[in-house]
Amino acid sequence: MNTKNIVLLIIIAIIFIIPFFMYNGLGEDEGYFGGSDDAGSSYIEENNPDYKTWSDVVWEPPSGEIESLLFALQAAIGGLIFGYVFGMYNTQRKARDQK
Amino acid sequence: MHIMEGYLPPFWCAVWYVLAIIVVAYGVYQIKKITESNDEALPLLALSGAFIFILSSLKLPSVSGSCSHPCGNGLGTVLFGPAVTAVLATLALLFQALLLAHGGLTVMGANVFSMGIFGPFCGYLVWKALRSMNVSGSIAMFFTALVSDLLTYVMTSIELALAFPGANMLTTLAAFLSIFAVTQIPLAIAEGLLTSIIYDYIVKARPDILVKLNVIPEEEVGAN
Repeated sequence: MNTKNIVLLIIIAIIFIIPFFMYNGLGEDEGYFGGSDDAGSSYIEENNPDYKTWSDVVWEPPSGEIESLLFALQAAIGGLIFGYVFGMYNTQRKARDQK
Repeated sequence: MHIMEGYLPPFWCAVWYVLAIIVVAYGVYQIKKITESNDEALPLLALSGAFIFILSSLKLPSVSGSCSHPCGNGLGTVLFGPAVTAVLATLALLFQALLLAHGGLTVMGANVFSMGIFGPFCGYLVWKALRSMNVSGSIAMFFTALVSDLLTYVMTSIELALAFPGANMLTTLAAFLSIFAVTQIPLAIAEGLLTSIIYDYIVKARPDILVKLNVIPEEEVGAN
């Protein structure tokens, strides 16, 4: 990790911390920090009252807890594979540099 | 960028399905070809897919006041091209459609088209254009990832505006863009920065694979 990358990572963190300061104290009940996917669906419902959704999801997580479990699982699967390949590349790089 | 299950009329579901299937099928063919001719491609392919898996699971806050998720589709686009990225994005979208009620099977074609095809394809054009102007790999990667992410959300807005044009399709498009694309701007910038860091790392660790995949020219190896 060189300095440039550390600075970039800090900038990334700041980008996501700013909204918490901008909308401090406001929550889902006031219409903040909701998902844009849901906002899109609500817009369709409001402007097309005659439209009937014609199919339904195969399965829905029964609660917010289960949903966050599955989201964490998705990130964990990705993280495992990602870390494995990165670790492998790191070792190969060291082996190459020692030659 | 997920269009929710049921929120797209059957006609449009079919249109996007047809387009998506053609590209995904070509992507599968390309993956077969690449992995057969190059043993080193598989870990990198797994890395690109894993990156999409991680990033698309993170719902992040935006200065617009709502939350959205990045796509992670820029990395695969640069390393393997848009068609292969379409296959990788399909895997992540399937996971979310089946287990998380995000998106769905009938809208799969539309969601694959935005996140797996249109976004990456626009990103690919940016990559090619910047690289032909001798812009460095890390900077070109930043813009490629930014564009792939942002244009994914623009495409979602277009898909919805086409299906629900209302009185005036352009006003409707503007409304969807303000919901999806505006929220996405800071996320796309952050995704660009992160993808650029990852790209940098891969170039330093294993430039030989990138040369084999024609991502970077031979002369660039060892230059940084």
